[in-house]
Amino acid sequence: MLTVKNLKVNYGQIEAIKEVSFEVPEGKIVTLIGANGAGKTTTLRAISGLEKASGGTITFKGKDITNQEAHQLVPLGISHVPEGRKIFPTLTVYENLEIAGWTIKDKKIVKQRMEEVFTAFPRIRERISQLGGTLSGGEQQMLAVGRAMVTGGEILLLDEPSMGLAPVLVDEIFERIVALNKMGRTILLVEQNAAEALEIADFAYVLEVGYTKYSGPAKVMKADPRVREAYLGV
Amino acid sequence: MGSTLAQQIINVLQLGSIYALIALGYTMVYGIVRLINFAHGDFFMVGAYVAYAVFYAFNAYIGAGSPLAFLALAIAMIGGAAIAMLSNQLAYKPLRYKPKLSSLVTAIGVSMFLEYFFSAFPLIGPSQRGFPEILPKQMYTIFGAEISNYVILDLAVAATLMVGLTFLIQKTSLGRAMRAVSQDKDAAKLMGINVESIITATFLIGGAFAGAAGLLAGLTYPRIQPYMGILPGLKAFIAAVVGGIGNVPGAMLGAYILALADNINDTYISQFSNLLAFLILIAILLIRPTGILGEKTADKI
Repeated sequence: MLTVKNLKVNYGQIEAIKEVSFEVPEGKIVTLIGANGAGKTTTLRAISGLEKASGGTITFKGKDITNQEAHQLVPLGISHVPEGRKIFPTLTVYENLEIAGWTIKDKKIVKQRMEEVFTAFPRIRERISQLGGTLSGGEQQMLAVGRAMVTGGEILLLDEPSMGLAPVLVDEIFERIVALNKMGRTILLVEQNAAEALEIADFAYVLEVGYTKYSGPAKVMKADPRVREAYLGV
Repeated sequence: MGSTLAQQIINVLQLGSIYALIALGYTMVYGIVRLINFAHGDFFMVGAYVAYAVFYAFNAYIGAGSPLAFLALAIAMIGGAAIAMLSNQLAYKPLRYKPKLSSLVTAIGVSMFLEYFFSAFPLIGPSQRGFPEILPKQMYTIFGAEISNYVILDLAVAATLMVGLTFLIQKTSLGRAMRAVSQDKDAAKLMGINVESIITATFLIGGAFAGAAGLLAGLTYPRIQPYMGILPGLKAFIAAVVGGIGNVPGAMLGAYILALADNINDTYISQFSNLLAFLILIAILLIRPTGILGEKTADKI
């Protein structure tokens, strides 16, 4: 469904991504793991159009989407839940969800998807008229995933959904990710919490300083001594 | 004394309304692109000239009166919006993701360009012109104060536009998108919002408000010239800072505070014109740099 080939991204003089290639088959969960600065976030930002690629190609559903504007990719079916969640702090929870339906003409669909979010995250329904900035980290993460559910992407790019969350909440978020996948969404997951990510993923790619280093089925990668030593701490 | 006080209050409200219309554009543009658009006062000047031109173009057919005044208002708003949009497209957009100082210096350049272009343009020229009575002036006496229909027009137009803007920002999807873009551009893009078109809309609204203020100021203080935007622009900028730059209700509040300060200044210490306005700016920057209603620390310009 999504193919990234020899992707290269520069920040000014610095090469953040030197050569990253991977594939996300439809209906699967693929995870990118790697240390800080490996280029995981930049890869996601390039896919969703927030960064310009200086080389390589990104193909989505057979269409070349390299360097398209971010807002044009949303209606094509790419939903990106960014690092740090990026909830609009002075919009209410309701408005945060409503605005995620910006590109959807039929507002009934937006309402219906918002209901789905409330069913998935009852906590969000309770907070509906609160300002986004007043939510706890876990609630913000739920809201961020909720927004992606409203935009309705066929592929979900999730950047560090477990960051800064208590272990209980991490489990809850990961359960939701698996549930969303079961409902038919393809998932590209970036995680520092490699153990949890490998647990739910079908395939894994290891990024190191701007390159794809190893790749394979998540089960195999989990057993790979190089991965175990570097990322699983065993 | 009572009647004098009433008169002064009316003067403050009237001047404050004009400042508010200009200050809103300043604060909205700052809120959305973090740019102090120093050319904004000149959009106000353009609005005044457009209204002037409308009068002479249509006076022979329609004649002075309410219909002509509203036609002039509408076209002045379109003129203000058009010049604001052009400035954004030609001058600010190419510098959007460049260092902020570049846009700031460019804004000063746009401001000077408009002033000198209008001065040098043969049909306009640098000299002061009397502003026509688009609406025949009528005087009423209420509570011992002399009120002209211009006062009523100024207050009514400003109030309508301010209420309309508040509704737009709080209740419509465009307003929601404007708030989202002002808070986080990347997140807004990921919601599918075309950030550039929201920025354009903001410039259009801000420019239209400045254009409306240009017509009202022309009617009320009936002289116009190409540099007429500098001082009101500066006052509106101070008003926006006093209220909290980027904050819409703050700009309205700041505008009336500034008008009050100007009024007191001209009544009691008229030998030091504008002293109070700048003292207020200095005081607010020292005591509460985020402004009265501002919360977040503003970025350095």
